[in-house]
Amino acid sequence: MGRTDRGDTEMASSAATAMLDDGSVVNKVFYNEAIVRKFVIAAIVWSIIAFGLGTYLGSELAYPQLNIAPYFNFGRLRPAHPTAAVFGFGGNVLFATSFYIVQRTSRARLFGGRAWADFVFWAYQLQVANMCVSYLLGFSKSQEYAEGEWHLDLWLAVIWLSYMTIFIGTLTRRKEPHIYVANWFFIAYMSMILILHVGRNLCIPISPFRAKSYSLFPGVQDAMIQWWYGHNVVGFFLTAGFLGIMYYFIPKAAGRPVYSYRLSIVHFWSLVFLYVWVGAHHLHFTALPDWTQTLGMAFSIMLWMPSWGGMINGIMTLSGAWDKLRSDPGLRFSVTAVAFYGMSTFEGPLMAVRDVNALSHYTDWTVGHVHSGALGWVMLVSFGALYYLIPALWRKPGMYSTKLMEWHYWLAMTGITLYIFAMWVAGITQGLMWRAYDAHGFLQYSFVESVAAMHPYYVARALGGLFIITGALMMAYNSYRTITTPNESALWAGRRFAGALAAGE
Amino acid sequence: MAFSHAIVEKNAFVLIAATFAVLSIGGAVEIIPLFTIHTTVEAVKGVRPYSPLELIGRDIYIREGCYLCHSQQIRSLRDEVERYGHYSLAAESMYDHPFQWGSKRIGPDVARVGGKYSNDWQYAHLKNPQALVPESLMPKFSFLAETKLDYSDIEMKLKVQRLLGTPYTDEDIANARKDIEAQADASVDATALLKRYPKAVEASGKTGSVTEMDALVAYLQVLGTMVNFADTSEEQLKQ
Repeated sequence: MGRTDRGDTEMASSAATAMLDDGSVVNKVFYNEAIVRKFVIAAIVWSIIAFGLGTYLGSELAYPQLNIAPYFNFGRLRPAHPTAAVFGFGGNVLFATSFYIVQRTSRARLFGGRAWADFVFWAYQLQVANMCVSYLLGFSKSQEYAEGEWHLDLWLAVIWLSYMTIFIGTLTRRKEPHIYVANWFFIAYMSMILILHVGRNLCIPISPFRAKSYSLFPGVQDAMIQWWYGHNVVGFFLTAGFLGIMYYFIPKAAGRPVYSYRLSIVHFWSLVFLYVWVGAHHLHFTALPDWTQTLGMAFSIMLWMPSWGGMINGIMTLSGAWDKLRSDPGLRFSVTAVAFYGMSTFEGPLMAVRDVNALSHYTDWTVGHVHSGALGWVMLVSFGALYYLIPALWRKPGMYSTKLMEWHYWLAMTGITLYIFAMWVAGITQGLMWRAYDAHGFLQYSFVESVAAMHPYYVARALGGLFIITGALMMAYNSYRTITTPNESALWAGRRFAGALAAGE
Repeated sequence: MAFSHAIVEKNAFVLIAATFAVLSIGGAVEIIPLFTIHTTVEAVKGVRPYSPLELIGRDIYIREGCYLCHSQQIRSLRDEVERYGHYSLAAESMYDHPFQWGSKRIGPDVARVGGKYSNDWQYAHLKNPQALVPESLMPKFSFLAETKLDYSDIEMKLKVQRLLGTPYTDEDIANARKDIEAQADASVDATALLKRYPKAVEASGKTGSVTEMDALVAYLQVLGTMVNFADTSEEQLKQ
C-alpha cells in the first residue's frame, strides 16, 4: 500500500497545507470532517442505486418484458437514473470533496457551523430521493436533467444557496493568501449551476397546490435554453467540479505539485468562457436558426484545447512519480479518469461537427459518449478521491483490502469498455441504417429493422452495467471493512496511523 | 498598471464576480437574440393552440416520459424528410411549453405521426405494442385505457398557458370541458370544437367514459398536421 505516508505529502498540493506536520492536532481543532464523512457514505449509497437503475434500464431495452407498468416503465424510470447518478452519486462526491478541500487549502473550519452543514446534507439527500420517486409517480417537467417539478426546484435553490454560502464563507476566513486552484473550479461549478438552475426552471405552476407547471419559454427558445442547461450541467457539474477534485487529489496522492500553475490559469478561464457556448450542438439541422448552431459547433471545437490543456496538467503531475501507479490503485483510478477525460473531450468536439452529428445525433453513439465521460471520467475520478478520503477521514493507514481495489479497478474498466464499444457500434449502425438507400433510391431499412439490430449491443451494454455495479459493491464492502476494522486489528500491523479521531467527530 | 492574476487568486469576491461575468456571455449571446429576431419563428399559417384534450394528452405524454425515446424534430436531412415528412419548423412548436423535440430515437420520430395511423391502430399499439410490431421495445400502456381522465384542472392549465402567451380566448376556457367531451365522445356533436380547433381528431376508445388514452391519442393524431405545406411558400419558411 502506497498510502501509509499520507501525512508526509501534504506539501504537494499547495502552500496552504504545508503546515500540517501534525495533522491530528489541526484536524481536531479546525476541520468539520464529520460532514465530509456523511457525504462520502451517501455517495457510495447513491452510486449503487444509480448503477442498479442504469443496469435495469439497460436490461429493459434488451428485454422489454422487464417493463412493469406504470411505475417501472422505461419512460418513468429513465429520468431517475441520471438523477441518482449525477446528483446522487456525483453531487455527494462534490459536496464531500469541496468541503474537505476548501477547509484544508484555506486552513479554516467550515463556515456556518455544524448544524447548517448538516441541514445541507439531509436536505440534499431528501431532494435527490424526492426527485427519483416523483418521476416514478409521474411528476415531471420533461426537461432532461431538470425534470423535477417546481416545488422541488425551489427546495434545491435553498440548498444550493446554503451550500455556496458555506463554501464562500469558508474561503473568506482562509488563513492562506492564495485561493488554491481546485477552489476556482468549485466556484465556477457552483456559480454556473446556480445560473442554470434558475434559468432552466423558470416556469408557472398551474396552481400553488398542484405539482404541475409549464415552462416560461416556448418551442425553439425552450430548446436552446434546455441544451444551454443540459450541456453545462455536463460542463460545470460533471467537469469543472470534478476538475477541482483532480487538482487536489492527484497532486496529493502522487506527492507532486501541479505540473504547471500557468496552464491551470489558462485551463480555468478558457474552459469557463468556452463551455457556456457549446450547448447548441445538440440542435444541429433542427428548427434552431443556423447562426446559433454554427456558434455551438465552433465553440465546441475550440473547447477541445482547454480540455486537453487540463488533461496534460493532470497527467503530467505524475512526472517523477509514475511508479505510484503500480503501488497505489486509488491513484490509478484518478489517472485513468483523466485519460478518459482526454478521450471524451476529443470525441465531443468531433460529434459537435455538423456532418458527424448528422450521423450520430438521436443514436446510441451519444449515449456511449455521455457514459465514457460519466463512467470513464466522473466515476473513476470519484472513486480515486473516495479511496483517498476514506482512510484519511476515518484515520486508517489505508483501505482494508488492496486486492479488492484492484478487482474494482479491472471490473470497472471491463464494464466501461463493454459499454462504450457496444454503444459505438450500436450508434453508428443506427445512423448508417437510417440513411441507407437501396439501388432504386428508396430508403433501405424500416425503422424497426434498426431497432431489432440493436439487441446484441443492448445485451452487451447491460452486461457492462453488471460489471460496474459488481465493482461498486466491492468498493462499498471494502469501505465498510476499512471503517469498522478497529485500529488494534492485526490487519493494520506495522502501518502508520495519521492520528486518532477527535471525540465527538 | 500591469494586471496580475494574483489579484483574482487573493480576493474571493473578485474571483466570483469575474467568474459570473465570464459565465454569462455565451448564454446571453445565444439565447437573447432568439427572442428578439422575429424571423426565428417562421411566418406560416395553421399552427393553433392545442385543444383541451390534446393539451392533457400532451401532459400524459410528458408524464410517461415518451420524449425519452421519441423525438419530435425532423432534421433537414434527405433521409429524415423521406422517412418522416417535411422537416420540422420552429413555428410548429411555438405553443409548446416546454418543447418536446427529444434527444434520442429508441423509437421513431413522432413529429408528424398525426394521421399516419388510424385511431384503432393507435389504441391497439399503445395497449400492446408487440402485438402490432413484434420487434418493438416499447412498454405497454394498457393502464391508460383503464384510467378515467381527470380534467378538473383544465381551466387552470389553459389560464397558465394564456399567461405564457398561448392565445386561448375566454370562450375557449369557458368551453374547455365541453370541448373535451366533444372530442372524446363520438356521440357528442363536435362542430363547435372543430371551429375552435380545426383538424382536431376525435378519439373515443370506450363509449361513455373519457380515458387518459383518449387524450393521448388525440394529441398524437394532431402532431405535425397543423401546417398545410402545399399552401406554404419558400418565403414563409425562411428563418
